[in-house]
Amino acid sequence: MTLHISSLHKSFAKGVATGTVNVLSDISLSIDAGSFVSIIGPSGCGKSTLLRLIAGLARPTSGTIQLDGELISGVSEKTGFVFQSYALFPWLTVVDNIAFPLAMKNVPKAQRRAQAMEYVGRFGLSGFERSYPVELSGGMQQRVAIARSLIDNAEVLLMDEPFGALDSQTRSCMQQFLLEVWRQTCCTILLITHNIDEAVYLGQRVICLTQRPARVGDDIPVEVPYPRDVTSDEFNVYRRRILRFLDREHSAAPGGNPSC
Amino acid sequence: MAIPQRYERIVCIALLLGMWELVSAAGLVNPVLIPPPHRIVQAMLELLLNGLPAGKLLHRHCLESLLRVAAGFAAALAAGLPLGLALGRSARLRTLCTPLIEIVRPIPPLAWIPLAILWFGIGLQSAAFIIFLGCFFPIVLNTVTGVLTVDAILIDAARVCGADDRRIFTRVLLPAAWPSVCTGMRIGLGIGWMTLVAAEFTGVKSGYGLGYMIMTARDIQRPDYVLAGMALIGVVGFLLDMLLQALQQRVIATREPRAV
Repeated sequence: MTLHISSLHKSFAKGVATGTVNVLSDISLSIDAGSFVSIIGPSGCGKSTLLRLIAGLARPTSGTIQLDGELISGVSEKTGFVFQSYALFPWLTVVDNIAFPLAMKNVPKAQRRAQAMEYVGRFGLSGFERSYPVELSGGMQQRVAIARSLIDNAEVLLMDEPFGALDSQTRSCMQQFLLEVWRQTCCTILLITHNIDEAVYLGQRVICLTQRPARVGDDIPVEVPYPRDVTSDEFNVYRRRILRFLDREHSAAPGGNPSC
Repeated sequence: MAIPQRYERIVCIALLLGMWELVSAAGLVNPVLIPPPHRIVQAMLELLLNGLPAGKLLHRHCLESLLRVAAGFAAALAAGLPLGLALGRSARLRTLCTPLIEIVRPIPPLAWIPLAILWFGIGLQSAAFIIFLGCFFPIVLNTVTGVLTVDAILIDAARVCGADDRRIFTRVLLPAAWPSVCTGMRIGLGIGWMTLVAAEFTGVKSGYGLGYMIMTARDIQRPDYVLAGMALIGVVGFLLDMLLQALQQRVIATREPRAV
């Protein structure tokens, strides 16, 4: 699944008096099938909006997004979405949460259970298939969410700060887990993060978005083989480059206000 | 002395009844005006076996009252639930309907009795109408709150899982709003039950009804019968609430900490 984004603009109506807010301005990107791309940028710059547009949850003001040459005009079953807050259905068990996309396609119950149970086993959730989300740890909930996004054979996985709510140990464990999932499924992954280390550790490419209205400020190929060593010198070169970029963006915040 | 936990809930009731009995036995109150508990139990048995007026037995009074409540409650649910869901979904509809609802809501159901009798005559229909008014508003308002407090991210999650509008309604909005809907039903049924007994004070056609029975007991100056009727109303109201609580937990096992 190759993803083509060309001159994408998005603005929101703010109010009658204040007019519109430009969130994304002229974003063009081409993302190869099967690649892992990290997207980083200052807080509130419109990273999530970009992901929602690709998912078909919102419509661009102008510009196009194409998936393998097909224009995205709504939610596509080829894309899966993972939210920071997991967004699991609290009234469904682990199995039923994972199988939810299949239920939406009227797959018979026994079959979707069986398919979901495969993920339960592969994702280290055995013994919790009948549990409810609230009974799981954050890492487990996010694994359920990833399973749910993949079960319908998604080829593009959109992740909106998926590990932002996890503690650092669980986070690094989930990063390993995600790389393993990526290796096995060969899907394209777009991952939004605030965390420079995470962006460099995971992505084959780190796309840096500017302050709102967001443009592509830098596009950095990370030419370090996996598994990566976060303490290596070359890793630091990438970190420094992104850190400098973000610092510059923060100081260029509208009106000179610190954006934090 | 340790009390087994399952009996703890009746400790307060037992203590109160015991003290009441003692105060009465000591001759501190007029036993005709405030009959002791054992007299009330005796009165209940007399009502059950001989009836009041003679031949109109207690369980029939209770059943007739329950029938009226069931009719009014069912109508309120049938009208209130869809209206609440629609109002929760549409800001426009809320703006249009809220003033009307908030003006009609404070009118006590009992103030409708003269009109109810004019419109429906004395009988099941007018009683059900009064109950309906008591149940309707809590059901509508709590359903609206339930829908409004559904996490928008869950709707997005369902959408990226391929849910259409109908499925979002049945698989997300309804279960997510369910705890709140149940709270509305519990409050509504409680108000309906209170309203019913008062509504029966104005007269019933069949000669049955707990409220009607209490008025008859007043006419023949039997406070023990009055108290027996009141006690039964309380116990039945309590049981109805327990029934709805069980329903709340059974129909959709929302494992989120419930705020009731």
